[in-house]
Amino acid sequence: MADTHAESVAYVRDGFLPERPAPARETGVVGWLRQNLFSSVPYTILTLATLWVIWQLGAAILPWLWGGVWHVDSIRACREVLEGAAGGCFAVLTERWAQLLFGFSYPSGEYWRLGVAFVLLGVCLAPVLFPDLPRRLLIATLIYPFVAYWLIWGGTPLAAVSGLAGLAGGAAAFRTVASRGALLGGIAGLAALLAIWWIGGELAAAAPGFLALPPVASRNIGGFALNMILGTVCVSLSLPFGILLALGRQSRLPIIKIACIAFIEFIRGVPLITLLFVANVVLAYFLPPGTTFDLILRVVIMITMFASAYIAEVIRGGLAALPRGQYEAADALGLDYWQAVRLVILPQALKISIPGIVNVAVGLFKDTTLVSIISMFDVVGMIRGPILASTEWNGVYWELYGFAALLFFVTCYGISQYSQWLERRLATDTR
Amino acid sequence: MKTTAFIGALAAAVLGTGAASAQTLEDVNERGALNCGVNTGLVGFAAPDANGSWQGFDVALCRAVAAAVLGDPEAVEFIPTTGKTRFTALASGEIDVLSRNTTWTFSRDNDLKFEFTGINYYDGQGFIVPKALGVTSAKELDGATICVQTGTTTELNLADFFRKNNIEYEPVPIETNAEALQQYNAGACDAYTTDASGLAASRATFENPTEHVILPEIISKEPLGPLVRHGDNEWGDIVRWTLNALIAAEEYGVTSANVQDMASSPTDSPEINRLLGTEGNLGEMIGLSNDWAVNAISAGGNYGEIFARNIGEDTPIGLARGLNAQWTEGGLLYAPPFR
Amino acid sequence: MSLSSEHQGGLRPSTLLNDTRYRGLTFQFLALLAIIALMAWLGANLVGNLAAAGLNFGYGFLDEPAGYDINQALISYTSRDTHLRAAFVGVLNTLLVAVLGCIAATIIGVVAGILRLSKNWLVARLMSAYVEAFRNVPVLIWILIIGAVVTVSGANPREFLGEEAARGLLFGGFAFTNRGLYIPALSLGPGAGIVIAAALAGLVGAILWRRAVPRTLHATGRLLPSWPLWVILIAPGLLANLILSDALTLSMPDTMSNRFNIQGGLLIGKPLVALWLALSVYTGAFIAENVRAGILSVSQGQTEAAAALGLRPRRIMNLVILPQALRVIVPPVISQYLNLTKNSSLAIAVGYADLTATLGGITLNQTGRAIECVLLLMLFYLVISLAISGVMNFYNASVALKER
Repeated sequence: MADTHAESVAYVRDGFLPERPAPARETGVVGWLRQNLFSSVPYTILTLATLWVIWQLGAAILPWLWGGVWHVDSIRACREVLEGAAGGCFAVLTERWAQLLFGFSYPSGEYWRLGVAFVLLGVCLAPVLFPDLPRRLLIATLIYPFVAYWLIWGGTPLAAVSGLAGLAGGAAAFRTVASRGALLGGIAGLAALLAIWWIGGELAAAAPGFLALPPVASRNIGGFALNMILGTVCVSLSLPFGILLALGRQSRLPIIKIACIAFIEFIRGVPLITLLFVANVVLAYFLPPGTTFDLILRVVIMITMFASAYIAEVIRGGLAALPRGQYEAADALGLDYWQAVRLVILPQALKISIPGIVNVAVGLFKDTTLVSIISMFDVVGMIRGPILASTEWNGVYWELYGFAALLFFVTCYGISQYSQWLERRLATDTR
Repeated sequence: MKTTAFIGALAAAVLGTGAASAQTLEDVNERGALNCGVNTGLVGFAAPDANGSWQGFDVALCRAVAAAVLGDPEAVEFIPTTGKTRFTALASGEIDVLSRNTTWTFSRDNDLKFEFTGINYYDGQGFIVPKALGVTSAKELDGATICVQTGTTTELNLADFFRKNNIEYEPVPIETNAEALQQYNAGACDAYTTDASGLAASRATFENPTEHVILPEIISKEPLGPLVRHGDNEWGDIVRWTLNALIAAEEYGVTSANVQDMASSPTDSPEINRLLGTEGNLGEMIGLSNDWAVNAISAGGNYGEIFARNIGEDTPIGLARGLNAQWTEGGLLYAPPFR
Repeated sequence: MSLSSEHQGGLRPSTLLNDTRYRGLTFQFLALLAIIALMAWLGANLVGNLAAAGLNFGYGFLDEPAGYDINQALISYTSRDTHLRAAFVGVLNTLLVAVLGCIAATIIGVVAGILRLSKNWLVARLMSAYVEAFRNVPVLIWILIIGAVVTVSGANPREFLGEEAARGLLFGGFAFTNRGLYIPALSLGPGAGIVIAAALAGLVGAILWRRAVPRTLHATGRLLPSWPLWVILIAPGLLANLILSDALTLSMPDTMSNRFNIQGGLLIGKPLVALWLALSVYTGAFIAENVRAGILSVSQGQTEAAAALGLRPRRIMNLVILPQALRVIVPPVISQYLNLTKNSSLAIAVGYADLTATLGGITLNQTGRAIECVLLLMLFYLVISLAISGVMNFYNASVALKER
């Protein structure tokens, strides 16, 4: 059959031609270049323009980086070393790095405490971030705030321990009594919590030296550590408030709904800086005379309010995205409101909201730099205040802001990459 | 410890109890530290050094008051304040005394209800310009762009000066002294105006200090001094007389070096004896221990020593005493008698 | 009997909590009480504190002379005008930079968002770098850095001044200096009203033409050319100005009359330039992400179907992708506008006199009226954001209507 065919149609080839390599201009470096950079005239122009931009940036930045001066003691010495050549005065970073990271009055022997606190933060966040890890590790996450509190502010660990014990005792009391009614359980839990806190407070006051680290006042914390602390504390505190606000906004009870909407829209409608002004210059007038909160505490309160409103909106999106049937199914099972919320609604809504919450968290972390405007020495405040004001470094500018930008970039880029990874992961789950 | 403080604050808030305004001295004693409001960073007057400890002319006054009240010049919490936050911080009781080169004006005294307890530096607003401009008088600055630090009396004086002389200018308001200098050095402003002391301090940090001149006009009076809240005269007196003690000490020749000597036994001068508590009971009258002035002077020396160490001619800031010399030497410093 | 026991039950306090009919009301009542109590407590503290400090709450200070000068004002303002007028100057400046910033940020964001999806590897990478660099660094740091960049990159105006200047004005009327951007100003002569009316008529005509194009296309299948649009837009105003010679003239910046600065012309001050640039580049990065997400949300099949119909790539983008993507893009972009407006409150970092710098800055400093100023400041931003949210809701509603 094949033979006849071959005889009758003489030009049919009876074997495959060997594959020839693709033309040189379509493969390898050249092919890649042609496809990706020079596929048409407009693309070529675009590519050349881009190259020009990169060249300009590189020409401005690289010599400045290479020629940098790293070990002198003032900007005048920098100028002498450089003698007009291009180069940054990075000596300010080598001399003041500790101030930029930890503020100028955190005791220098205790820097390790902040370092340990932040390393532990990474470790203890892991169970939240990576769902594959054993659930038991979440206990570490729960304990973390108290450990970090003790590490950062120092003093006796008794206060932190009693704080934790109070929470645990309260939860236990709630569990045992809750079968007789949620309200009764709540009261019992609260009573246990306050009792343990009170005892713990007395204990801590009685034995301030027990296992004590040197205490550090909050106003002595500064630099990038202050940004980290404000960001972490405010985001964690704002989560529960945000959930409550979002539920309140979806509530069928008109007064609660109106109150929540008013709060959320008010907070979202004003810039954070005006809320910080409130914290700094107005709040004192609204509190009884003689109550002087720490500035840092007032700022934490205002930023937490700010973050709660934004997180509430994200979670509201998650709640709205849940199919109506979920609510109805929970009702049909005879669950009451809080049971339905706790067991059916929130677990699903929160899962949908996680990327949004991470976005808010990153935005909020960046916004903590605004505290520099109300005379707190965070990393920007350190630069604009003590460092630029000193006779040694007045005039150094790019190096300091570049360093601050780099710190934020590394942190925020890491978080946003994680969020995107999580988004991809969740996307495959739902399909 | 922090939690208990927090719970305490909450309890105080809930119960609505709080200190009335007229017991600052008790509060300070109870706290064991003086809360002193200072600048966020002005070299020579108040700025943390490389080791993080606050230094400067205004800071020295805080330390002197702390030494007089508590006996320890280190028992001070320095609370940095901006132009915007300083008055609320004082009014709300966050700080006990504001020592932040603040100009004594009528409205601050009467409308904002503060009590200026004296003048520790007589200043005036001046201009600095590059020599290359060839300007010799501020009145030649018609059409110039002028950098001015916002949140101070300087921008009001500037507006008044140019209006009075009927010439035009373009103001560039800047938040911090350091950024204003950066603008000025980059040529974004033709001139920079602030208190003459600040100009001299800043010129010292320039790349080429000799290429800039400070114009002869001083366009305002800037009596700078510490202030406290209205309504607590005892506390106001303590701050006022601590400052007076420092000034008087210079006049009488009491220095940080010889003050312990002089205080150990009565000297020939009754004035010095009363000041240092070896005679009479001035300390009791003011509600402090009898060696309050000794402590204040030991903290950082007398007025002259503080001046010389922080802003005097041997420092990079290099200010001459000028108006801030003793009245016996042609200046304006004149401490009322201690008797 | 049973009725009365039920009635009695209604009076028992536990029923208020356990009966679903009343529970909602009870909780709301308690919540209302709590809110009122909180407000009353705060108010009482405020009154007590103010009285103790001997201060009085009031807005009388707004009528007093401000005493300070503002470098960029859209309305006439001198240091003798009142604090109220200074605040109003600040309001206008905030709105000015917000509007300019929104326009520029949209352009930057759309271009960067589309280029980020480009098949050109280098361009896509550069745009990714731009977006990530700006999204991950605080806006305050960017404002400070860009402010410094503008300061050092502009020339000193003195280089333009005098007979033998080191630099000449670009096109005889433009100069970028470290004090700002000098451009020719429009000066109105006699008959300017007519010229402006003619130009407006041209604008209306151009809009009508633009609307007529798709209509004729749908009615007759004929695609009208696009060049008449530009003729209609430009010609009336130009002709009117030619006929009434010199009704509208350009007044050029003057480099001779002052030794410090260029005079005349229109100065777009450096603070405005810096803030505008910083806000629009920063917000542009966020808008780029929204645009990218919007375009990616339109399924690939749409592009392929349009290509199968024989549309060119540009028309695919304009007629198929963008209309569908816009529904996804616009809501987040409007909330970016809101963010930009709120971020403009950092203006003082580069010396721009927005509302936070005038009312919330210098006025607050000079009068010490912290509570009054901060309340007024919040009220203003609240009004602006409610207005922008209103626009967003209107848009959402109109898009939703079309959908069904």
